[in-house]
Amino acid sequence: MDDADGAFIDVRDLTKTFTVRRRSGLLRRTATRVHAVDGISFVLRRGEMTGFIGPNGAGKSTTVKMLTGILTPTSGRLRVAGVDPWRERTRLVRRIGVVFGQRTTLWWDLPLRDSYGLVRRMYRIPRARFEENLARCVELLELGDLLDVPVRQLSLGQRMRGDITAALLHDPDVLYLDEPTIGLDIVSKARVRQFLLTLNAERGTTVLLTTHDLSDIEQLCERVVVIDHGRLMYDGPLAGLHEVGRGERTLVVDLERELPPIEGIPGARTVRTEGPRQWLAFPASASAAPLVSRLAAEYPLVDLSIREPDIEDVIARMYAG
Amino acid sequence: MHLLRLNFAVALSGFRRYATYRVATAAGVFTNTVFGFILAYTFIALWHTHPHLGGYDQSQALTFVWTGQALLAAAALMGGGFQDEFHERIRNGDVAIDLYRPIDLQLWWLASDLGRAAFQLLGRGVVPLAVGALAFDLALPASPRRWLLFLPSVLLAVVVSFALRYLFALCGFWLLDATGLNALSALLSLFFSGMLLPLTVFPGALGEVARLLPWSATLQVPADVLMGTQPGSAGAGLAFQAGWALVLLTAGRLLQTVATRKVVVQGG
Repeated sequence: MDDADGAFIDVRDLTKTFTVRRRSGLLRRTATRVHAVDGISFVLRRGEMTGFIGPNGAGKSTTVKMLTGILTPTSGRLRVAGVDPWRERTRLVRRIGVVFGQRTTLWWDLPLRDSYGLVRRMYRIPRARFEENLARCVELLELGDLLDVPVRQLSLGQRMRGDITAALLHDPDVLYLDEPTIGLDIVSKARVRQFLLTLNAERGTTVLLTTHDLSDIEQLCERVVVIDHGRLMYDGPLAGLHEVGRGERTLVVDLERELPPIEGIPGARTVRTEGPRQWLAFPASASAAPLVSRLAAEYPLVDLSIREPDIEDVIARMYAG
Repeated sequence: MHLLRLNFAVALSGFRRYATYRVATAAGVFTNTVFGFILAYTFIALWHTHPHLGGYDQSQALTFVWTGQALLAAAALMGGGFQDEFHERIRNGDVAIDLYRPIDLQLWWLASDLGRAAFQLLGRGVVPLAVGALAFDLALPASPRRWLLFLPSVLLAVVVSFALRYLFALCGFWLLDATGLNALSALLSLFFSGMLLPLTVFPGALGEVARLLPWSATLQVPADVLMGTQPGSAGAGLAFQAGWALVLLTAGRLLQTVATRKVVVQGG
């Protein structure tokens, strides 16, 4: 089922090129080739929960569409659970679950319960297994009161939880989540995240999470894959991202009075001043202790605090080059 | 067996989805009835000046009108049904979700449209026909045998109508905005089904051709089967419908293969 080396999703030198035709004259049309995915390789092991991030148009959706078999790669090798997704799409779809934050897989006019009944028939889920899975999702996602409500009457957060349930009733090996928390309030977000963590821990479901909400990634994924312009920018643990992105921590210093920008502290530079308050940036990998003792010795300190690098800044910096 | 159960469940869901909208159904019944009265009085005027037009006497012509009203929603003679929904899913990309499902697209939509049709036949068909029968002198058959032949004929009418609309809807994969095409599909159906005037009325080559086109299987043939006016026999009418159903469903299947391959190759 898995590759010999334990890879569950195996992507090698994957490319996808689209030909876009544009009108360039009255009757003339010129064709431009767009490299949406340009030689990406990565390997996901069974049970891994990976964040897949990149700006709009980076090639995330294109990659996920190829992983799920609804788009053919232009070149490269692609295996999901040992299967070529495009050639064996109908076989593979029984083993994957897909959740879109911006689309629904449920039937608008039907109560959740009826939608799930259809899902049971579609995937030929044995009755007992179905009941068990549904009960578990209902409990963890607190759907009990909502089962008989038509989908069109659900709030966004409720619908999202309903959609996640629909994607999991057939025990998929892989779950693709595309912006699963977009537009959700804090409580709903927390509930969805907690559920995904539980799912991953209990079932060992492999999860690939595409999102713009980096707090999703911070709370759910140990590993991130970053792509931009169709190329792989980073693949590794979340913590390592800070170093790659030249992450910096910030020391916020409150002085007794307004002073000229602090100078002469090795490894730190003043990035901002505002009255008696000054902001000093220093590398995320460096210790703050020597800086603080030096500052305390040379300046009239009243208070100070340290800010950790913001993952969003880190990634923005990576994209910028 | 699994497939049968799945498709029954899909059809049932189609039925339920339409059954949810009671006010819309009531409004539809009202519209059908009003439309029926307008057509009925037009036909009375017409048959008054031309008795036996198209081989029908006046009460047969009126029966044709009210049969048309009974089938208008069920056989989607003015378009609609799954077509609008499928078209919208192609346009906004939700069709990708359908491709993530372990199902056959055509069979899925057919089952769901049959469920819709079953509801609309009961919810929007029976009442207008009953009103028509009370208000006018209709040539409805007394023999249960005719009604028993009418039922499969209605089923085939819905299937042919589905198969036609499926072909039009699939064109959305190429056109992206198929609103114009949907309007064309509805217009062709309105005329060539016999909804505006029975196809037997049209003389010469146009009449011949119109009676052979697939749309004729969606109203003209079922109405003739009900009234016993089908040239040849009711069996010939059913065979004509079944033949078109087969041809059009096969064409839909082929076009679907090309269309999904296009999506798969080019991106949704």
